[in-house]
Amino acid sequence: MIGAPEGLWATARSSHDPWRPAERRRERPERRRERPERRRERPERRRVASGVQTGRRRYHRNVADTPELQAPLIHARGLTKCFGTFTAVDGIDFDVAPGEAFGFLGPNGAGKTSTMRMIGTVSPVTSGELTVFGLDPARDGARIRARLGVVPQADTLDNELSVLENLLIYGRYFGLSWSESRRRAKELLEFVQLTERSNDKVEPLSGGMKRRLVIARSLINEPSLLLLDEPTTGLDPQARHLLWDRLYRLKQRGVTLCLTTHYMDEAEQLCDRLVVMDQAKIVAEGSPRQLIDKYVTKEVLELRFNRADNETDDSAHLGNRLEGLAERVEQLPDRVLAYTADGEAASAKAHERGLRPASVLVRRSSLEDVFLRLTGRSLVE
Amino acid sequence: MVLGVRLGRPGAVASRRSLRFLEHNLLVFRRGWFNYLLAGISQPFLYLIAMGIGLGLYVNRNGGLPGGVPYLDYIAPALLVTQAMMAAAFESAWPIMAKIRWDKTYEAALNTPLETMDLLLGDLMWIAFRTTLLSVLFLAVIVALGAAASPLVVLAVPVAVLTALAFAAPIMAFTATQDGDGGLNAVFRFGITPLFLFSGTFFPIEKLPPFLQPVAWVTPLYHGVAAARALALGQVEPVGMTVHLAAIAFVFLVGIVAGRIALTRRLVV
Amino acid sequence: MLAVRISPPRILSRPALIVQRNMLVYRHSSMVIISGFFEPLFYLFSMGFGVGSLIGNVSLGNGTSVSYAVFVAPALLASAAMNGAIYETSNNFFYKLKYAKLYDAIISTPMSLTDVARGEVMWALLRGSLYAIGFLAVIAILGLAGTGLMSSPLGLLAFPASMIVGYGFAGAGLAATTFVRKWRDFDYLQLAIMPMFLFSGTFYPIDAYPPALQVFVQCTPLYRGVHLIRALTTGTPDPVLLIDVVYLLAMGTIGLAITSRRLGKLLLS
Repeated sequence: MIGAPEGLWATARSSHDPWRPAERRRERPERRRERPERRRERPERRRVASGVQTGRRRYHRNVADTPELQAPLIHARGLTKCFGTFTAVDGIDFDVAPGEAFGFLGPNGAGKTSTMRMIGTVSPVTSGELTVFGLDPARDGARIRARLGVVPQADTLDNELSVLENLLIYGRYFGLSWSESRRRAKELLEFVQLTERSNDKVEPLSGGMKRRLVIARSLINEPSLLLLDEPTTGLDPQARHLLWDRLYRLKQRGVTLCLTTHYMDEAEQLCDRLVVMDQAKIVAEGSPRQLIDKYVTKEVLELRFNRADNETDDSAHLGNRLEGLAERVEQLPDRVLAYTADGEAASAKAHERGLRPASVLVRRSSLEDVFLRLTGRSLVE
Repeated sequence: MVLGVRLGRPGAVASRRSLRFLEHNLLVFRRGWFNYLLAGISQPFLYLIAMGIGLGLYVNRNGGLPGGVPYLDYIAPALLVTQAMMAAAFESAWPIMAKIRWDKTYEAALNTPLETMDLLLGDLMWIAFRTTLLSVLFLAVIVALGAAASPLVVLAVPVAVLTALAFAAPIMAFTATQDGDGGLNAVFRFGITPLFLFSGTFFPIEKLPPFLQPVAWVTPLYHGVAAARALALGQVEPVGMTVHLAAIAFVFLVGIVAGRIALTRRLVV
Repeated sequence: MLAVRISPPRILSRPALIVQRNMLVYRHSSMVIISGFFEPLFYLFSMGFGVGSLIGNVSLGNGTSVSYAVFVAPALLASAAMNGAIYETSNNFFYKLKYAKLYDAIISTPMSLTDVARGEVMWALLRGSLYAIGFLAVIAILGLAGTGLMSSPLGLLAFPASMIVGYGFAGAGLAATTFVRKWRDFDYLQLAIMPMFLFSGTFYPIDAYPPALQVFVQCTPLYRGVHLIRALTTGTPDPVLLIDVVYLLAMGTIGLAITSRRLGKLLLS
């Protein structure tokens, strides 16, 4: 496989991360080995710390209590963004620690992009507190951006320039010399597997290639924090997996990832920790596994009925007949979801009660179910 | 909302960063500079020949201009200024619209340490560079045709470039407020074209109906044309020249302030 | 079930569907259409009256002598007809052909390529006729006000005449655009249009040229258009008008035929 030369990210981390304590920087291998443990510990602590509290307050208290997470790369309290009378982001709290992959999951219009733009210092904070690398975006925008990589939702490539030139000039914006910019550009094109297209125009590239080029561009300044706004929306499955692979490698090299997505599988693949956003607020926070454990059961039984059956069985009636079958039952327009620890058993019980669905599916719960539980709506409409 | 606009800090750092943004345009310009110069110079050149020499025959025969100034000499400095103005107006309309909306090049640049002011100044410098190229080329044509009475005509080039910037800055500001290019078309149809035709380019503004003369007076193109013509004909009056240059510079500076506000409102929301 | 039988539109009305489609597009940006009406008027006032005040009378070559405004007004009408037709059939047509892939969608319906070509010409003419009517109305009003701009009722024939000019250039414009590969190529089209606009006897009589050049200019389509319309508005018709009409009609028809064939190569391959 083609990967970026090791040197690139090694130097990036040591020289660009003053927020990381010195000794940890030296002992990188140990720290990595520790991380899975730390993650396993956290649910325990959370339960202790949170008790029966609900809502977002719990999280920042928990975050503050966790020693590893002091000096976060991004720190937000009561972060709010209004456009006129419309509130796009409504008093959210979160912290992103060095080296973690942090996700904002939510439907379109939940406020994810507004949040990302505030972090990227290209959108003024309306109220609340936000620091990035411990700096204030309103005052130190240029200093923050110097250490940030940004992959915006739309590909903002320069169609008048070639693939390589797009990277070259972007490096110049960061104050790199031409020769240094060229050296990094070539390495990055290698990293995103676009070397053969170096001298091509941008326009004829496929969607996946453009996306990879934008990612390469965002890495030209060897950022310690990479912001990705819906990195794989609109890509075919193959292109998505290639992108995920590259992002995973970056994460392994210690680049902090902060991304938004409305795909559960993407969040599950990439994120150590995520927040679920809905209608400008954070409605839940945790690792993908934690969220599933906390809000839904292990398995889901999906039943689809023929339309004729639905017409005879009015929904209240159907609900009655499923009563007690599972811990929770959700009726969607096209199917019924029964949340239970044992899907097969529930399916058998449904059959005993005389239900004759057109199709039956037992599957593991996903973040989609979490979202449905939290908001009563599905994620992708 | 005005208070919420992040204006950044101008100064030394900003100008160095805007130079970086200028490089972007140079990189694009490496391709197609020949076409640009050809297209840019051919139109004023053709006007110079058709109007200055062809139509000039009839004007001179009639003894139309006061002081017996040949018509070619009369319109040559004016065309020098108007071609720079036209080029700058175009450059600050569609290409800027593309950078803001269609290609989102500005958005990408703002994710780096660059600020809106860097983009604005970088692109204005770029326009200054291109209009200087065009103007020098056109000056060579004027001199070759023997259409300049005074060596001071050389100074008409900076006047042309300054006039061009006095159009570029406010038009960039306007472009930043637009969602589509309908408004840009209107600027050209109702702004640039009438100015080209009525700002003393082809005939003295004294020939305009009296109520229109004050209108011509407040447009920067009139002042640019008048200043360039005075230089080319070697008829410089210190007071008049100062007024002309001050008027152009004033519009330019207002345009920069407006451009900065408009771009910031557009991009940093 | 849908029991409605869908019959293909009749052959004669099919090009009109292209026109209807374009009208739908411009319904949202009528400003673009309306603003085009003002450009020839700006030129009329600037050149005809402004520069005209420096010139006095111009000889028509047949013994009559008219004011400069009377001389230049018909030329501006012919130029406007040319510009309108060229603009609509160059940039706009190219965009629809190459970028919007509009015709790829249209030819998968009962519409044929000839319908497309005819429809686009009809549209260009419709748009041109709006400008011609507007311009002629202004000329007529000014003529009644005593400027002599329209001294003969024959002047009303300038309207169909400008349609013929538009038809000739629309057909040629479409044909030329089918050979265009990239936007930059339109610079070369401008290099043909611009000199025609300035040198075809539009702004001054061509007797200023050496005889060989005069013959060359007389062969250009815009010269024929200017000659046709000028003869009508000044009330000085001569048999040569027949040559003008045949020339322009042939240009448009040949252009249309080439366009249909080229579209077949481009879209049905």
